[in-house]
Amino acid sequence: MVRVKQVELDARRLLCPLPVIKTQNKVAELSSGDILKVICTDPGALSDIPAWARIHGHLIVDSVEEDDEIIITVRVGA
Amino acid sequence: MTSQHKAVALISGGLDSMLAVRVMQEQGIEVEGINFFTGFCVEGHTHAIRNQHKDKQKRNNALWVAEQLGIKLHIIDVIEEYKDVLLNPKHGYGTNMNPCLDCKIFMVRKAVEWVRQHHMQGFDFIITGEVIGQRPKSQLKRTMPIVAAESGADDLLLRPLCAKNLQPTRPEREGWVDREKLYGFHGRNRKPQIALAKQFGFDDFATPAGGCCFLTDESYSSKLVDLWKAKNSREYELDDIMLLKVGRHIRPKADFKMIIARDAGESKFLEGYRKQFISLYSTSHNGPMAIIDGDIEQQDFTLAASIVARYGQGRDADEVEVEITVPDKPPRHIQARPISVEQVPQEWYV
Repeated sequence: MVRVKQVELDARRLLCPLPVIKTQNKVAELSSGDILKVICTDPGALSDIPAWARIHGHLIVDSVEEDDEIIITVRVGA
Repeated sequence: MTSQHKAVALISGGLDSMLAVRVMQEQGIEVEGINFFTGFCVEGHTHAIRNQHKDKQKRNNALWVAEQLGIKLHIIDVIEEYKDVLLNPKHGYGTNMNPCLDCKIFMVRKAVEWVRQHHMQGFDFIITGEVIGQRPKSQLKRTMPIVAAESGADDLLLRPLCAKNLQPTRPEREGWVDREKLYGFHGRNRKPQIALAKQFGFDDFATPAGGCCFLTDESYSSKLVDLWKAKNSREYELDDIMLLKVGRHIRPKADFKMIIARDAGESKFLEGYRKQFISLYSTSHNGPMAIIDGDIEQQDFTLAASIVARYGQGRDADEVEVEITVPDKPPRHIQARPISVEQVPQEWYV
């Protein structure tokens, strides 16, 4: 059985599109089903990371704002 | 049945590249997009920083365009490599610090490299949304072959919106695309593009006035030149060029510059730089966050504090308390009399 990886990515203080680029590059290292949790501070990430995920067939599992941080959880698609 | 061909499109987020892709899709070409982040791109983040843009949708137009077109978009960080384009443009600058022709050559060359790196995916050619005469420096009939030749794309570079004004490229000669169904747009008149957008059912698209790059902006360019002059070097880091997009820039002395937030959004953004720069803000009155870039002498702290005080609600007060924090040291407080508008010479404004 393949183990699902859970990875965290620190994209704090980066302005878009850098959080998207970091997410894109990290996802390229992962496999289908793996979970990537991206922590950002730029509110632009709230629309950009889901937009990027949609066009590449990845799933946004969760998106929460806590204090000044935005945590977006992506499940890597096929 | 002919096999399907694949193209990579340079996507800026504007209308022209969006149309170019759709023209290809209409001919059955499979397209993926590529977008380069130079650090000078206008996209997204500045809207996220400033409060006044809160009504604007915070979206990256390149991603948005890709989604509308149903194509994948690959965003590439070229911040480091772009420095050489900006600092040593073979073909020179435009009206401001915009090395447009070298930039276009660079981006097409990067697309060629990307296609080679992804050869397994079988991309056949590259497309752009260029239109002859659209941009005064880079999109001219005489510069189109220069971009094709110097980027290494040669005749695998197709401009679907103005192809009919140019020599047929290999995708046209080989019949991968039908030249008759391409366009012959030219000039600065946007009507043909708007009409085509309507035909394709695009009713929401970005129309940036100065293109998609801060380097075409006069105010931004003068701040960049000031930065280089003050540092006595044209080296720059991403933080340097990001900070040029934020706040009022005031240089009271040759050795230091103040960056003063213009609203709460910018204050919050500058707070993120307090570990790297000396920061100041008024503690007795509401007012903006400011940081100091450069070397400030002890005796100039009062001057800096009086300038920060001038931009807060204590501007008419006799005295304002200002907290000054040097990184890794405890904050200290000084009393300062806000400087008057007349005491700020025009030449201090960068």
